[in-house]
Amino acid sequence: MSSSLEVRNTLDGKKQEPSRPGRTQGSSASPRLSWRSIQRIKGASFTWPFVVGFVVFTILPVIVGLAQSLYASKTSGLGFGAPTISFAGFDNFARGLVDVVFWESMLRVSIYAVVIVPVIQVVSLVLALLIDAVQRRIANRFRLILLVPYMIPGIVATMIWIYLYSPVVGPLTPVLSFFGLDVDFFSGEMIWVSIGNLALWGAIGFNMLILYGALQAVPREIFDAARVDGASEFRIAMSIKVPYVQTSLVLTGLLSIIGTLQIFAEPTLFRSISPETITKDFTPSMVIYNQAFQVGNLNYAAAQSIILAAVVGVASVIIYRLTKKVDS
Amino acid sequence: MTLTSVTADSPRTDEEVQKSVLKSRRRPRPKKFREADDSSELSGKRGGSRVVVIIGLVLFALYSIGPAWWLIVSSTKTKEDLYTTDAMWFANFSLFDNLSSLFTYQDGIFGLWMWNSTLYAFAGSIGHTLISLAAGYGLAMYSFRGKGTTMGFIIGSFLIPGALLTIPSYLLFVQLGMYDTIWAMIIPAFFSPFAVYLAKIYTEGAVPSELLEAARIDGAGEYRIFFQIAFRLLTTAGATIFLLHFVGSWNAFFGPMVFLRGADKWPVMLGLYSWLQRGTDSTVDLTGMVITGSLVATIPMVILMIAMQRYWRSGVAMGSLK
Repeated sequence: MSSSLEVRNTLDGKKQEPSRPGRTQGSSASPRLSWRSIQRIKGASFTWPFVVGFVVFTILPVIVGLAQSLYASKTSGLGFGAPTISFAGFDNFARGLVDVVFWESMLRVSIYAVVIVPVIQVVSLVLALLIDAVQRRIANRFRLILLVPYMIPGIVATMIWIYLYSPVVGPLTPVLSFFGLDVDFFSGEMIWVSIGNLALWGAIGFNMLILYGALQAVPREIFDAARVDGASEFRIAMSIKVPYVQTSLVLTGLLSIIGTLQIFAEPTLFRSISPETITKDFTPSMVIYNQAFQVGNLNYAAAQSIILAAVVGVASVIIYRLTKKVDS
Repeated sequence: MTLTSVTADSPRTDEEVQKSVLKSRRRPRPKKFREADDSSELSGKRGGSRVVVIIGLVLFALYSIGPAWWLIVSSTKTKEDLYTTDAMWFANFSLFDNLSSLFTYQDGIFGLWMWNSTLYAFAGSIGHTLISLAAGYGLAMYSFRGKGTTMGFIIGSFLIPGALLTIPSYLLFVQLGMYDTIWAMIIPAFFSPFAVYLAKIYTEGAVPSELLEAARIDGAGEYRIFFQIAFRLLTTAGATIFLLHFVGSWNAFFGPMVFLRGADKWPVMLGLYSWLQRGTDSTVDLTGMVITGSLVATIPMVILMIAMQRYWRSGVAMGSLK
């Protein structure tokens, strides 16, 4: 169909514009079809390396994980011989659903995520509004300084804060005790505050950048119109700028909650300083790591991973729905 | 970037005009007086709120830069001064002694870790960038059977949390003989759905399909078009994807911890962690080493990020489109 149309077009073209024969290729009307399909295959072949790797390193692990979670490995009574692997159905999931240690860690991290993510969002927003309120020249200078935490690798940042919190090396404990505050940053009550501060420090610069970018996209005429109507700068910030960046806020918030539920590195590093406060089962990811590589029950760890993934998925859907509702 | 700076600056002057318009509507007065009155009141009012804004920004800046300052100061101190002198100011300068003990400790294992990190980051990022650009280009410029399914899988995989993949990947790497080899750090890094998505979005904006048609008419093959024409147009996207992955690879922790056993294959972050852990339960005090090592491991990142600001900023913009 298309080839016959093309033929007609080229014929028409030849009739109407005989002076430019180079543009039309009437002679290649019939080979053109196969040429197109070769082109399609070649086009698809650009994606093949990725598709192969994606199947091997993403799809296959998901399938392996699902399969592993349905089996159980048992060593015989005295620990001799190879472990026997048997189909266990949903036993691992049944166990995981009533595993108190696992769900305690989940609750701990969920509460932390629900508190810290909005705090980070609000602080980043305040920062973005402050940057947006000054002249561009000054804003650029501050922006680079505020992005310093983003340039510092997360593990290094965690170590720095561990030392800053430390009563022997760090400056924070002496300064606070000077004001009469006796704070142990590694105690059970303070540990989430300590980790939260570290997360806040690491995140605000980058989030500010995203929000500032969104603020720059707001048409400036709207602010002028609001000023003409007598709105104060604060009112403009709250009633115009904030609603404009809401989508960015929701998006970054969603991503941080998903990330926070899987938190592993920071508590693991804190654990090397205060193993009494941060137990080996402090967060769900730590439970899974411990189950897989200390206890050695990979099947159960796989089931726990799936439960964690399901919780993260459900949390994402709920947050997404809620924000949709707020929007409308 | 330059375009926004122009448009963002001009309204600031407009705003004063608007204010004077507002005033004139309320209190009509002779022009001379009105102008004088306006400028003084405006500067006073703006000055007041501006001071608050600047103070807020300075506080945030101190908060952001304070810990980095502490790291720099502490890495210049001797072991003893670390515990006895003011934490936020210099004491006896012994940065070079610290560096030499850092790089000679345990037969220079720190240097090996730095090399490993560099190798994983470079090798992983190069493959990651090429494969993602090619896939993104293919998805953006061609229509073929299975394209919709591929896109569906890519978008769907954004929802898979990393925690789900770690344990099965470990099992898979053991099966493939990749466990505890450098390949476990390099090859899986090549395939990132998010990078492919970024590449696709960018290609759609940067490579006009007319250009492809023109090149075809001139007799260029599809692969040649990609490598000789499209590739140049995709430099910015490539640099962004490269940089984002390089930084991610340098900072990786959970992956190396699960997939690598031998200390000689560790990246620097895992190595520093092992020192931090040992620092508390051994007779040797490794605190100074961890601090100096942290600084050394950070410097390449800071240089890279400042030098390539343009690229990761555009990455941020692309990411927020998602």
